[in-house]
Amino acid sequence: MSQLGDVPTVGNEVVLDVRTQDMEINMGPQHPSTHGVLRVVITADGEIITSARPYVGYIHRCAEKIGESVTYEMFVPYTDRYDYLAAMNNNIGFCMAVEKAADLEVPPRAVWIRMICSELNRIASHLLAFGTYGIDLGAFTPFLYGFREREWILSLFEKICGARLMYSYVFPGGVANDVPDGWFDEVLEFCDVFEKKWRDYDKLLTRNKIFIERTKNVGVVPPEMAREYGWTGPCLRGSGVRYDLREAQPYMYYDQVSFDVPVGRGEMGTVGDCWDRYNVRMEEMLQATRITRQCVQACIRDTNPGEIQGDKPKTLKVKPTEAYVGIENPRGELGHFIVTDGKDTAYRLKVRGPSFCNISILEAMLPGTMLADAVAIIGSIDIVLGEVDR
Amino acid sequence: MSFGLVPLIAALNVRAAEVAQAGDAGESALRGLFGGSPWAAIPSAIVGFILIFAVAGGLPVILVWAERRGAGRIQQRPGPNRVGPFGLFQTIADGFKLMVKEDIIPARASRALFMLAPGIVLAGVLGAFAMLPLSKNAILVDTDLGVFLIFALLSLGVIGVVIAGWASNNKWSILGAMREAAQMVSYEIPLGICVLVAVMHYGTLNLREMCAMQAGGFAGIENWLICQYIPFGAITFVIMYVALLANTKRAPFDLPEAESELVSGFHTEYSGIRFSFFFLEEYAAMFLVSGVIVCTHLGGWNLPFVSGEFMTGSLVGQILSALVVITKALFLVWVMIWVRWTLPRIRIDQVMNLCYKYLTPISFVCLLAVTLWKPFWGWLGLM
Repeated sequence: MSQLGDVPTVGNEVVLDVRTQDMEINMGPQHPSTHGVLRVVITADGEIITSARPYVGYIHRCAEKIGESVTYEMFVPYTDRYDYLAAMNNNIGFCMAVEKAADLEVPPRAVWIRMICSELNRIASHLLAFGTYGIDLGAFTPFLYGFREREWILSLFEKICGARLMYSYVFPGGVANDVPDGWFDEVLEFCDVFEKKWRDYDKLLTRNKIFIERTKNVGVVPPEMAREYGWTGPCLRGSGVRYDLREAQPYMYYDQVSFDVPVGRGEMGTVGDCWDRYNVRMEEMLQATRITRQCVQACIRDTNPGEIQGDKPKTLKVKPTEAYVGIENPRGELGHFIVTDGKDTAYRLKVRGPSFCNISILEAMLPGTMLADAVAIIGSIDIVLGEVDR
Repeated sequence: MSFGLVPLIAALNVRAAEVAQAGDAGESALRGLFGGSPWAAIPSAIVGFILIFAVAGGLPVILVWAERRGAGRIQQRPGPNRVGPFGLFQTIADGFKLMVKEDIIPARASRALFMLAPGIVLAGVLGAFAMLPLSKNAILVDTDLGVFLIFALLSLGVIGVVIAGWASNNKWSILGAMREAAQMVSYEIPLGICVLVAVMHYGTLNLREMCAMQAGGFAGIENWLICQYIPFGAITFVIMYVALLANTKRAPFDLPEAESELVSGFHTEYSGIRFSFFFLEEYAAMFLVSGVIVCTHLGGWNLPFVSGEFMTGSLVGQILSALVVITKALFLVWVMIWVRWTLPRIRIDQVMNLCYKYLTPISFVCLLAVTLWKPFWGWLGLM
């Protein structure tokens, strides 16, 4: 008997007369809110999760192994397919790794165009994250608002490369073709319109009382924990760590443009909660328009049309070496590690995917939260299963 | 289709309850048609059942169309616009599709209960329609129990939902059913208290009499409950509306079927015609509860600046009053649609917090205020 009087206890645990059985629930691989084919086996006591185990690998396609058997140019379309919401960024990451290994020069115009595409793709990706997060929390309308602007970005991409999702626009040594006439003006127009629309999102979802109640103090990840789990990208910055590869290790011409790195400040609750991670993405979209504008101006000012491909042999053969390039994907650090052996294919290709690293935390985050919070947490990490499984 | 009989039985029971009160003349047009003897209960119940089924089956066609078109407007897309004028027949096409679809019962489901559940859910709502007055004589069952019976029948729905969730043998379904049970039982407290305020004010449980008592006064709206006991009448209206949103499982209280969390909640395993029963029930219930709150708080069939005698006296007035009740109810339904496509969903503990920490205490305060209203002003010598 303890201080609790007549209540039977073992240690400090109260032993109840009525024991309820925990329920094991299989969330996924076919579940509306796992953003693909993620499977989380949840043990729940009523609505409270007691343990959770994520299982991945349902759409594993051996992308890295394929990278060792096809030529460098042929692998570019495969990079589109791991993080299919940020295909431009994947193209750029892989091509930069190849260029680093092969010492290829990229003409400035191609670099500026790559930066514009990278930032526009970041907006498109974050818009989808914003929309699906709304759906996860039961608000359907923001999704379609997000799609309205994303549609514009996709048609901008369609104009430069003919594809709307799988671009394969960036190639080792440059980009596939130059931008059409008037494309830069349309990009600038998009930036202006987008900033106005962004205020609507802010009012509709970000500052919505119910939305804040659902996301503040939910899924709090302290900075140390975020670092320990290898988090990168908006998730890490949501936990208050100012680490953005564009700023920390500037690649391309990111050192020549000015932008802020938004970090979570615990504005609505605790630093590192779902709202912070969400809001970092929202603010990043504004920064992306800012970068895009500067890139367009620099590209028009400094470069001549047509100079988009460097001096690259028709079939690229790289002398034995190795190279690692990490770039800031919308979801975090996307790293490509290439080992070459003098042939036209890589000897070894390793991809470090941000979603795969970010998702590993689920097992530690979910216990103790409610089922509805699990959906909010998975949504706030913003995973793309294509890239988790590759 | 054995469960098709359930609404009929419910309607008969309702009718029998009314007949039991011998001597009460009542104002129902049906009673006028068939006479007041107990034997008239059977034909009038059958006619009533057919009427209810026509109304409650036809209304969702309009409401689903309104919901989808409204959602389309809100989301900057056209919505259904191909089948019939303005896409009006889209719902009929969908309903037909649901009817001819294969009726799947999961192998390990509890067959009988699985088949029964949609019937119970629908029966409650259809039965409750009998007590909703559209005008002075357009009421199927004019009984003293009125609003009490409506909420009693509506809470049949929770039993149906729990049975559906359990019988499906699906973990997501049972979670949805448990949420529904917790939510419904909780929100009936503030709802009941708000209804109690109305009942205290009018001194009757009969919705038709409540409507009649709201006629006249300043600008024709002074006697509406929402304008009485300023501001407590209006507060009870808001609380009652929120509680009814929760009772009809509408967003932001759509947790029992939260599609992003529980796949489809309690009706995950249902398909075809049985699924359409849940669908029908939701829209019929939306209209029904809106009609009830119109009768208790928003003046029923009364219009501003129009005398109550005109609305109840002539045939033109009665037709007009039916239109008024339907319009007011449709407006409230539209607000529900509007809310659904704007707000995110609340979490279950927040649903409970809202009910027990805010709505219930505030509704008790309203009850107390309305109780003490006349003695207090009388004590001050102002009334």
